[in-house]
Amino acid sequence: MADLATLLFTALGLVFFAAGTVGLIRFPDTFSRLHALTKADNLGLGFIALGVAFQAESWAQVARIALIWVLALLAAGAVAQLVARAALMRRGGA
Amino acid sequence: MTAALGLALDAALCALILGVALAVVAGRGVFRAVVFFIVYGLLAAVAWVRLDAVNVALAEAAIGAGLTGVLLLAAHGRLRRAEAAQDLAHGMPWSAALAGGALAAALGWAWFEMPIPVEPGPELAEALPRAGVGNPVTAVLLNFRAWDTLLESIVLLAALIGVWMLAREGDWREPLGRPQHARPGGVMAGFGRVLPPVGLLVGVWLVWAGADHPGGAFQGGTVLAAVGLVAVLAGVIRPPWIGAPLWQGALVLGPAVFLLAGIAGAVLAGGFLTLPEGFAKPAIVTIEVALTVSIAVTLAFLVLGPPEAEGAG
Repeated sequence: MADLATLLFTALGLVFFAAGTVGLIRFPDTFSRLHALTKADNLGLGFIALGVAFQAESWAQVARIALIWVLALLAAGAVAQLVARAALMRRGGA
Repeated sequence: MTAALGLALDAALCALILGVALAVVAGRGVFRAVVFFIVYGLLAAVAWVRLDAVNVALAEAAIGAGLTGVLLLAAHGRLRRAEAAQDLAHGMPWSAALAGGALAAALGWAWFEMPIPVEPGPELAEALPRAGVGNPVTAVLLNFRAWDTLLESIVLLAALIGVWMLAREGDWREPLGRPQHARPGGVMAGFGRVLPPVGLLVGVWLVWAGADHPGGAFQGGTVLAAVGLVAVLAGVIRPPWIGAPLWQGALVLGPAVFLLAGIAGAVLAGGFLTLPEGFAKPAIVTIEVALTVSIAVTLAFLVLGPPEAEGAG
């Protein structure tokens, strides 16, 4: 049962990662690429973390997996903003 | 089924590592090479996990990919500001290719020639209970082969002094690194306030856990250095100048405590860097904590670079 949940959620996570990667390659400019990458990948990582959490042996491990996801969210969000600002400044705006 | 999946994963990992390594050396442009080098470090860390060498994986991810990556990016930025030639002349740098190829061949030869070690070595298994710590890597680094680790910590200090020699005379009393301009209340300023508490916890945990689990001074110290760098980039703290006495003390604390412990061993236990059995655990933890402080400060200062006043360089 737990294995089935892991398979299901990690597979779903991989779909989001694939979508984000396609967006990164196909979208025309930095901003839409960032949009595709951060949103889809954060969701994908969330699903993979959820799937892996079903294999955890204790709640402490679940908490650590959740912490990793939250930290990755935080870093991705902040870095996306910084990259976008850098791109905007290079373009001559802001 | 599981074995076949594991094999498929390992094969894919090896192919990725080779491909990314090729992209590092063969790709055009310094920036691209640096980015691929960081990816290479992360993949290598995953490979170490697959080999059950979690200590090495942590070190590779933190230092090999993270810290070295940041150093290389900083160097790239410095080259760009100095408007130095970014892309080397077209064509093959034959001498570098030859040297790299020879090294790879020598390593490959050593791999096939040397006997496969029995793990975890009967001598180590026998000596481990007397080492004071349960993590065999920490036992080797800080007890059985402490000499190597002591010299490493001093080499790190020498590297920092080398970087500081690049400072201009007029900038000597300026804060380390370039002036940072984070917008107050902006994204970076917020990030720099949210991340450090969590990072501090993780860094200290890595050092403490290093006695019996994967972790240790280098891994924990790198995380702590990253915390400090984020705080500096966010404008939360200001980097000190080279001569700040407290920070200079932090730089030499690790090697100094290590040396003192070594001399104490020579006087009390019959050999330089010999840890008496009863004191091994407290001695190792003390050395590790002191080393962590020095490693964290040294690595952070290495990334910040020499002091540069506004408008210079």
